Amino acid sequence: MFRFLVRRVFGALVILLIISAVTFWLFYAVPRDPATMSCGKNCTPDMLAQIRHNLGIDHPIPVQYWDWLKGIFVGRDYAGFGHCDAPCLGYSFANREPVLGTILDRLPLTLSLAFGSAAVFLVFGIGTGMLAAVKQGKWQDKVASSASLVASSMQIYFVGYLAMYLLVAKLGILDNPSYTPLTENPGAWASGLLLPWLVLALIWTANYTRMTRSQLVETLSEDYVRTARAKGLSRANVFFRFAWRGAMGPIVTIFGIDLATLIGGAIITESVFSLQGVGRLAVQSVDKSDLPMLLGVTVLSAGAIVIFNIVVDAVYALIDPRIRLA
Amino acid sequence: MTSTDQQPFLSVKDLKVHFSTEDGTVKAVDGLSFDVAKGKTLGIVGESGSGKSVTNLTILGLHDPAHTTIEGEILLDGENLLTSSPRELERLRGNKMSMIFQDALASLSPYHTVGRQIGETYRKHTGASKKESRDRAIEMLRRVGIPQPDMRVDDYPHQFSGGMRQRAMIAMALVCDPELLIADEPTTALDVTVQAQIMDLLKDLQQEFGTAIIFITHDLGVIADIADDVLVMYGGRCVERGTKREVLRSPQHPYTLGLLSSMPSLEGPVDVPLSPIPGSPPSLLNPPSGCRFHPRCAFADKVSGGLCSTAQPALDVVDGRGSACHLTLDQRDEFFADFAVSRHN
Amino acid sequence: MSNATPLLDVSGLTKHFPIKGGFPIRRTVGAVQAVDGLDFQVAEGESLGLVGESGCGKSTTGRLITRLLEPTAGTISYRGEDITHAGRRQLAPIRSEIQMIFQDPYASLNPRQTVGKIVSGPMEINDINPAGGRENRVRELLEIVGLNPEHYNRFPHEFSGGQRQRIGVARALALEPKLIVADEPVSALDVSIQAQVVNLLQKVQQELGIAFVFIAHDLAVVRHFSQRVAVMYLGKIVEIADRDDLYGNPRHPYTRALLSAVPEATVDDDGPVRERIRLVGDVPSPISPPSGCRFRTRCWKATDKCANEAPPLVQVEGNKPGHLTACHYPETEALIPARLSKNPGAAA
Repeated sequence: MFRFLVRRVFGALVILLIISAVTFWLFYAVPRDPATMSCGKNCTPDMLAQIRHNLGIDHPIPVQYWDWLKGIFVGRDYAGFGHCDAPCLGYSFANREPVLGTILDRLPLTLSLAFGSAAVFLVFGIGTGMLAAVKQGKWQDKVASSASLVASSMQIYFVGYLAMYLLVAKLGILDNPSYTPLTENPGAWASGLLLPWLVLALIWTANYTRMTRSQLVETLSEDYVRTARAKGLSRANVFFRFAWRGAMGPIVTIFGIDLATLIGGAIITESVFSLQGVGRLAVQSVDKSDLPMLLGVTVLSAGAIVIFNIVVDAVYALIDPRIRLA
Repeated sequence: MTSTDQQPFLSVKDLKVHFSTEDGTVKAVDGLSFDVAKGKTLGIVGESGSGKSVTNLTILGLHDPAHTTIEGEILLDGENLLTSSPRELERLRGNKMSMIFQDALASLSPYHTVGRQIGETYRKHTGASKKESRDRAIEMLRRVGIPQPDMRVDDYPHQFSGGMRQRAMIAMALVCDPELLIADEPTTALDVTVQAQIMDLLKDLQQEFGTAIIFITHDLGVIADIADDVLVMYGGRCVERGTKREVLRSPQHPYTLGLLSSMPSLEGPVDVPLSPIPGSPPSLLNPPSGCRFHPRCAFADKVSGGLCSTAQPALDVVDGRGSACHLTLDQRDEFFADFAVSRHN
Repeated sequence: MSNATPLLDVSGLTKHFPIKGGFPIRRTVGAVQAVDGLDFQVAEGESLGLVGESGCGKSTTGRLITRLLEPTAGTISYRGEDITHAGRRQLAPIRSEIQMIFQDPYASLNPRQTVGKIVSGPMEINDINPAGGRENRVRELLEIVGLNPEHYNRFPHEFSGGQRQRIGVARALALEPKLIVADEPVSALDVSIQAQVVNLLQKVQQELGIAFVFIAHDLAVVRHFSQRVAVMYLGKIVEIADRDDLYGNPRHPYTRALLSAVPEATVDDDGPVRERIRLVGDVPSPISPPSGCRFRTRCWKATDKCANEAPPLVQVEGNKPGHLTACHYPETEALIPARLSKNPGAAA
């Protein structure tokens, strides 16, 4: 396990390095100059040079990248902002705020959204999938299968606005989506996010229903499940300890990647419900050619995916003793 | 059949197992009867689609109830399994009757240790503690000849060799001293030297515990080694039954004869071609009319009136010996004589 | 065997599959010694049987001969030409002369191609246009293997297992090969069908003069099909001989044990029974095979010499020419052909 972790974390760092370098290079590959954008009208070459110097972009691209990397580990001094402590991800071109601080401000909302909806879609998706698998071919299976087909073809901007109109505006069952930190007021936190959770979960639930059903249908026909029944174990025991155990591996794998994607930002969901999370931050930073912010968000999302992949592999090895980590 | 020890322990009477599929009804087993006595081994021989495996899954109640219709009687120690409740069957499975399967790697759970899989059967049926069932698992592993059982008990099946896995499977099936053991091609996936070990083990264990064994195989060689009585199945029906000696020495059904003569041997002439049975095993969805073997039978034209393709021959059993064929016994003596000469001279 | 150049000459053939591992940098830390120093020849039109239990390397050998795998060491010569490391271009003319038949008639035929397409495939790939056209040739081949030529346009799923294996044989015959490597060609088939396919292969071998390397675990099938037989154990040939010598006078303890373990469909309740040897334990791992003789861990005759010295594959005393045995303590008595010595009257 130790060897596995060392090797994989090392690999993860290499991947993050490559991703950030490519982002850096791509950003400048498109002809644009953040300094010109913030210089405004009546810009003189002197002013432009000064802005570049202040933002730390008056060096060749590789040097800039090196400075950025160095900043993460030892901090960095900006002509325009003064010292930035390690880990320093730089300052936003757009609003001159520190990147790390902005992301950390937005992250709790995104994490709340991701874990909250994940809890909903795991419970409902796996539950319905199990039911469909047990009642294979019966009406419960048919209802679950067609419902999940309909749900998975829904789009958030459709379901989201519809739900807001019906549940919030018309019926007033749910609160308008808003974010209150969990530590401040757990009740308000939950009631403000309930609608986004449910809407986001609806679409994912369908995927998990179908995946759970197909995995279980496969494992239920495995020889070892038959053997367990031949030993006299009860149906429920065989279902959970044998069939479900076998179905879990692939589901955990997909779940890890899905969760990482959500942490990178549920862009459309945040936009529909006007929530200021990491996803919207990413969109804004692209709009404004805000390189430091864009890099920060990219590294965060990529980091989430890479880390969850490692976690998934480790969990898979716990579920299935045939997998040896190396 | 008056004394109690002559009473069959398992008695299957006119069993019919039909599956409904989208393409029609599959008559997997179509009127099968047999008995097994304690301490005896019944070998069931048949090819793919003969209904031999379905029969035995039905005895254990492991068929899919949704699409299956079953008729007949399965009496285990006098109790009709076909009318037993699911809970009652659960109590019997793994306890009074148990089963071992062909592919031990696929049939053992990859997620649980060998010891746990053996022990949980014991726990379930005896209510023993975890510690007791683990000790029992170690004892069973030792008994089936696994070296260092106290270490191997915590291994997973994939850490065992093929032969050891089948031994572990046997240990699991025998952990509650069942009175009936159904072995479905337990040695087919194994190498011959390991197969020989496993068959010796089964014979030893049967001697020790007096278990009734149903041994399903396609290999008449294995039958010759292990069975007392033999039942030959074709297309969901029994075509011939008798003692091992009767069936292998003087087969009465053309199918049995065909199987025996198509087998290559380690002795005897090699420069003549083998005598295969032409054609392929029948589809159980649209089985041939009359005798199901008649399209492949070398003697179908010897029966007058085309009886073979119109009428299903009855299985007349006298003292456990019988065959389902329209040929008269004299005809069979005449036609099958070549076989006896080529095989036993 | 004649003194002419053999069709296939294999010498010192070795295949080790590397095992990766190590930390922090992954490297080769060991090898599965699947095949280790095989020497054998196959003459034109001859059938050599390769028998042994799982893991003995017989299938790997088949894949090495057909160059589906790259050997680690040793040489493979075809008609005297070294093809051990031949490239695509050098192999091209030979590929059509060496064909393979596989075990699983379900997996080895493309389910989306018609029988006609499957059987004519090798001709297309090698751009061969027989007189009368490919379609005629395919119909002719289907006829040879006992299928209805009218079934040209059918798909594999419309055939039974035995018929599919016939399609596989027709495909192998399409290029008029000189050598066919058949890897367990009948073991996936029902008993009543096995004999059909064995007879077909035998007919093909005898009538078309095709040499065979027949790989199987079933000793009775191999005996029926092969003129010469090699017994393999853990990557090595332990004994090779003409059929009658191998089955009648096996000298290697493993050959004996193997033969005695084959169950025969006869009732041994009177007269002498066949020799009965029960090996204990399992085949050791090919990753770290035993020193010296690889069979010694399961052999009842093993001594220190067996652990220290690998026995060479030689003609031991009492063997006929061509009968080679790799054993320090070869068996001396011929096998009693149990049932042949019985009173014929006792059978009926």
